[in-house]
Amino acid sequence: MADEATLAEHGAETGAGMPQLDFSTFPNQIFWLLVTLVVIYFILSRIALPRIGAVLAERAGTITNDVAAAEEMKARAVAAEAAYEKALADARAEANRIIAETKAGIQGELDIELKKADAEIAARTAESEKAIAAIRDSAVENVLSVARDTAEALVTALGANVDAAAVATAVSARMKGDA
Amino acid sequence: MFHPLDQFIVKPLFGEGPIAWYTPTNVTLWMSIAVLCIFLLLVVGSRGRAIVPTRVQSVGELIYGFVYKMVEDVTGHEGVKYFPYIMTLFLFILFANFLGLLPMSFTTTSHIAVTAVLGFGVFFAVTILGFVLNGPAFLAMFWMKEAPLVLRPVIAIIEVISYFVRPVSHSIRLAGNIMAGHAVIKVFAGFAAITLISPVSILAITAIYGLEVLVAGIQAYVFTILTCVYLKDALHPHH
Repeated sequence: MADEATLAEHGAETGAGMPQLDFSTFPNQIFWLLVTLVVIYFILSRIALPRIGAVLAERAGTITNDVAAAEEMKARAVAAEAAYEKALADARAEANRIIAETKAGIQGELDIELKKADAEIAARTAESEKAIAAIRDSAVENVLSVARDTAEALVTALGANVDAAAVATAVSARMKGDA
Repeated sequence: MFHPLDQFIVKPLFGEGPIAWYTPTNVTLWMSIAVLCIFLLLVVGSRGRAIVPTRVQSVGELIYGFVYKMVEDVTGHEGVKYFPYIMTLFLFILFANFLGLLPMSFTTTSHIAVTAVLGFGVFFAVTILGFVLNGPAFLAMFWMKEAPLVLRPVIAIIEVISYFVRPVSHSIRLAGNIMAGHAVIKVFAGFAAITLISPVSILAITAIYGLEVLVAGIQAYVFTILTCVYLKDALHPHH
């Protein structure tokens, strides 16, 4: 009931009963509003906004720098990879070259050695053939003389006169015929 | 029982008696709480100046970026130097609206005296700025070069009227929205005393409170973006 009394009192004061239309409070509200706005404006323009603006700018700068650094590192990585690939290719080419060179060198030496060996073999063969020929000649000579002697002995044993020359001719003819 | 409009009464903080212009009242109290909150959020919250922000700092940065982008998008590059003023308006209205949603609090933006100062302040500032920057060419804003010549005087009259209605709609929109929501919540709170309908009433209070949270943010945004639009007219009157 007391509330209603104050309400009625207020209603009488404000007319329409809306505190919003109680003009006696307007100077107070406007004064404090202006004070508030000025205080907020100074807090913002002197401290808060420059500080936050600086932080945001700094962050943007940091991000840009980091992205740039990352780009640079990536470029360096790509360059390093390219250099590695190139070194690998060079090394492979060098290895191939060395292999070819060595092969050629070995082949040359081998050829020379083979030729030398062939020549030696040929020389030895020729020598051996000569020796064999000599041995065979001497063998034939020996056979001839043994055959002659044997023929003379046979003829003698049979009691005929030995004509050495005729025997030798006959034996030689026989040897030739057999050969 | 209480009256739904009792919450809007301006009372002296200390004692009784008439309210002079300097008397500390609940207006003073809740405006200073708004200032304190703004200080805590934007100054204390950003004291670390961290590259990787704390939660409070990132909320402050979010609001900064939001308003900055709004000013830049609407008014163009020349408007950026008025950013601190617009930020002041936005933060004051935002915090007054949200603080008003606390139970037992006083909503400073529900008073037409407050919003009219804001609305007419913007109106006079923008009009004076328009004349200072453009001289009499500022009046070209009312003279539509694209319209047929016959229609131009008619359009000019309509444009002038709408220009002068701006501060009224600007301030009444804010105070009206806030006041209506708070009054409706109190009306439902009155019904909550009646046993039979109190569950419905409490549900309705909850729903309207949710709506009012939305309205508190949206009205701050609307007031700010309209300020930016008016500022754009002062900076570029030719379109």
